[in-house]
Amino acid sequence: MLMLNTALAVAFGCVTAAIGLTVWRLLIGPDQPDRILALDTLYINAIALLVLLGIQFNSALYFEAAILIAMMGFVGTVALCKYILRGDIIE
Amino acid sequence: MTLPLVILLPFIGAVLTGWVARLGRMQAAWMAGLFTLLAVLALVPCVPLTVAGETVLWRLDWIPTSGLNLAFRLDGLGLLFAAMILGIGLLVILYARYYLPERDGLGRFYAYLLSFMGSMLGIVLAENVILLLMFWELTSLSSFLLISYSYRKPESRRGARMALTVTGLGGLALLGGLLLLGDMAGSYDLLIILTQGEIIRAHPLYTPMLVLILIGAFTKSAQFPFHFWLPHAMAAPTPVSAYLHSATLVKAGIFLLARLFPVLSGTPEWTWLVIGAGLTTLLVGAGIALFKHDLKGLLAYSTVSHLGLITLLFGLSTPLAAVAGVFHIFNHATFKASLFMAAGIIDHECGTRDMRRINGLWSFMPYTATLAMVAAASMAGVPLFNGFLSKEMFFAETADFSSGFDHGWVLPALVVAAGVMAVAYSLRFIHDVFFNGDPIDLPRTPHEPPFWMKAPVAVLVAICLLVGIVPALTVDPLLRMTVASVLQAPPPDFDLAIWHGFGLPVVMSLVALGGGLTIYALRRPLFRLAARLEGWLDARAIYEWVLAEMLLFARWFTRRLDSGSLQRLVLVLLLTVLGLGVFGFLGSGSPLTGTRSLLPVDGVSVAMTAVLIVVTLATVALHRRRFTALVIVGALGLLVALIFIQFSAPDLALTQLSVEVVTIVLLLLALYFLPQQSPRESSNLRRTRDALIAVLAGLGAGALTWAMLTRPFTSISDYFITHSLPGGGGANVVNVILVDFRGFDTLGEITVLALAGLGIHAMLYGLRLPGLTQDAEGRPWNWDTHPAIMAALARLLLPLALLVSIYIFLRGHNAPGGGFIAGLITAVALILQYLTNGVAWTHQRLSSNMLPLIGAGLLIATLTGLGSLVFGYPFLTSSFTHVHWPIIGDFELATAMLFDLGVYLVVVGATLLILIHLGLMHRATHPHAEPTP
Repeated sequence: MLMLNTALAVAFGCVTAAIGLTVWRLLIGPDQPDRILALDTLYINAIALLVLLGIQFNSALYFEAAILIAMMGFVGTVALCKYILRGDIIE
Repeated sequence: MTLPLVILLPFIGAVLTGWVARLGRMQAAWMAGLFTLLAVLALVPCVPLTVAGETVLWRLDWIPTSGLNLAFRLDGLGLLFAAMILGIGLLVILYARYYLPERDGLGRFYAYLLSFMGSMLGIVLAENVILLLMFWELTSLSSFLLISYSYRKPESRRGARMALTVTGLGGLALLGGLLLLGDMAGSYDLLIILTQGEIIRAHPLYTPMLVLILIGAFTKSAQFPFHFWLPHAMAAPTPVSAYLHSATLVKAGIFLLARLFPVLSGTPEWTWLVIGAGLTTLLVGAGIALFKHDLKGLLAYSTVSHLGLITLLFGLSTPLAAVAGVFHIFNHATFKASLFMAAGIIDHECGTRDMRRINGLWSFMPYTATLAMVAAASMAGVPLFNGFLSKEMFFAETADFSSGFDHGWVLPALVVAAGVMAVAYSLRFIHDVFFNGDPIDLPRTPHEPPFWMKAPVAVLVAICLLVGIVPALTVDPLLRMTVASVLQAPPPDFDLAIWHGFGLPVVMSLVALGGGLTIYALRRPLFRLAARLEGWLDARAIYEWVLAEMLLFARWFTRRLDSGSLQRLVLVLLLTVLGLGVFGFLGSGSPLTGTRSLLPVDGVSVAMTAVLIVVTLATVALHRRRFTALVIVGALGLLVALIFIQFSAPDLALTQLSVEVVTIVLLLLALYFLPQQSPRESSNLRRTRDALIAVLAGLGAGALTWAMLTRPFTSISDYFITHSLPGGGGANVVNVILVDFRGFDTLGEITVLALAGLGIHAMLYGLRLPGLTQDAEGRPWNWDTHPAIMAALARLLLPLALLVSIYIFLRGHNAPGGGFIAGLITAVALILQYLTNGVAWTHQRLSSNMLPLIGAGLLIATLTGLGSLVFGYPFLTSSFTHVHWPIIGDFELATAMLFDLGVYLVVVGATLLILIHLGLMHRATHPHAEPTP
């Protein structure tokens, strides 16, 4: 158990750092695709964070939220990309 | 008891007739006639009791704590009116079938007419006065629809709006009056009110109550000074005029006078107000009628005048005057309805209603002419026709009433003057139209109308004659029964006969006839005089001036409060809230931090909160670059969802995540039509001030949250948590609240959602906006509308997403999820297909019409609610059972799940409807780009 706890602590640290860095990229850009990519990465980091929380608290609820983020985040990314590509997202 | 059916059947008939009308005109007419007959049949079982002098009552408690009962009564007065409403209604249905042009489907007309019939029956049969008021308002609405039937004509719309404004105003006054009345009597039921006359008349608030009720009655019955809406309502098709504006609707006010006669009448206030209004209306109406060249205009003002006559009779407050009033209600309905129908025939055949052009029709349509002349003679009060009898009683009563006063001759003299004018305009109707030389320049050559168009006129005219010649055999019993119920006492002694011996009334009748002949002979100089006076003191002009001034005032007042600047409004709101909050907090003297101990803090939460703050500040800083701001807001939504998860609000988190995506799509759709940058509009000083206020408001909200969270706090949630599983059969409290405890709210909310979807559908219908032709940096859009990899990937995602949404839906009752979240997930999964595969591809596989889906959802949710009524439980009571299925395990089935299905369908339908319609706004201006080589 000690091993898992240590691993969890390290993983939390890494994921939190990743979120911080992704947000930094989100803010500085410099281009729109950079920001969209940063948002998508942020979604993935959030999934990682939720899975870690699920392991820590031994609960399945976090996993479901993670699935939903995986799905919804993808749609958001697609919509933003479509805007960059065509402006008109539903055509 | 069949009494409520009498009122219900026309409403059911309205729906069915509107539906059947697509099969043909004949079917619509038969259906409308059938339901009127059914209503007659439903009335018949109650008639013997009423004729025997009893009052038939039917009652169902509705909101007993507010004194509102679903109660109906049938007494003599109600029976007389119900007979007129149904009888003339049938004739009008027959007449309208031939009157309205062939291209008219009739469904809309009959549906309106039947719903009016049901509302009018509701007024005359209501036992509870609040119920009466509801039907009163329903007649205002349905007559609005009927007047504006030819809604393409501006005068129809104007007339309908005027009628609605005036009668709506009256309805409001009436509500106040009836509430006061019920308060004085101690009940809103007529049974009790009618016995409390003495207490009510002695009450200190009697006069305001009377004035309010009279405003209601006078507006509806077109009494001076509210008479002007009736002639403008003649823009309605003639069958409507014959039905509403002669026989039924305009009699509603008089019905109210008769209904409340035993309670309100007999005081000086009543006498002066009612006689005053009645006499003025009688004279003004008759005077104007004489000078109208429009056939329907003449009849309209003559109706105004006759309504004044009846009102005046009730104002006299004597039992015999009430007899005359009731008698004239009946007579006027018969001869005026037939005159309107005859006028409609003439209009139909000649193509015009101008009496200066319509002349000499006797040689073209002798049958119609005979019928119309009999009816007009009755209107003039010629002996042997029914109008004569009631008019002579009217003369007798006014003479009798005045004999006790100084200057008592004034009233009879004025009344005879009105009689003179009535004879003159009736004579004009007969002589100008049917004789007086040849027609001048008619658009059509007139000839006799079809038999069935004349038949209703003939029936009414026959009644005029029968009543006029043998009153004792025909109308006498009906009159006695009605008067007994009006007076709530045995009827006075009266004798209906053509000849009562030589007396003052006979002299008055003779003077009226002779004077009328003279005036008609002198008409040409009088018309010239009238033409010069035209437009002088025009009530409509005054009405429009008042309306315009009120609108100006309202606009000025609104502008004072709201300058149209959102910044200004938010500023005022925030400053007010801040001021009140600080004032309240400083005044209370309690510490900011409460007694609860703080929870431990972990590193991840601190980091996430810091990130959240940074991202929020960045959104503020970057908000002028709209697309960038949108991406950052996406991140913000995600972080907020994470916080919801952290603080154990999984339902909220799931909803937040789904709503976030829908919001991004919605904003992107809108952004396409908007500038990509927000310009800088305010000065630095102003921005600094606003920033300061924003920070203060934020600090205030933070302090409030801090103060609340550090205090022990119990809410109503304990109740729901305890009762969720035993009461609603679900372990997920949020969902059980949504679909069970507060199911009614949810039903309202999905209805609003559906309406919003419909509203957007209607507003965007056919709208095409130009979109951007290049992106923010000035580059042309990419040619690849739907990149293949993305399209293929998105298709794979669809079944997975649907599976998740079904899972979330099914387990929603016990664990986080439910119809709302599942609906959003499904909608998002489908929108993804629109995004990646295009509208054309998706619409090949999925219907583009979302309206049936929304409708089905609402229907399922409502029917589920009604289902529990069938089993004798209150609306939307959930019932549930636990079943054990192989493999799946223990599973709970609840009717709430059906309700949730309705929620699910509405959410999917409305979300898709809104987004797809926004997305298709620019189809016409954004052609598919060709691949550039």
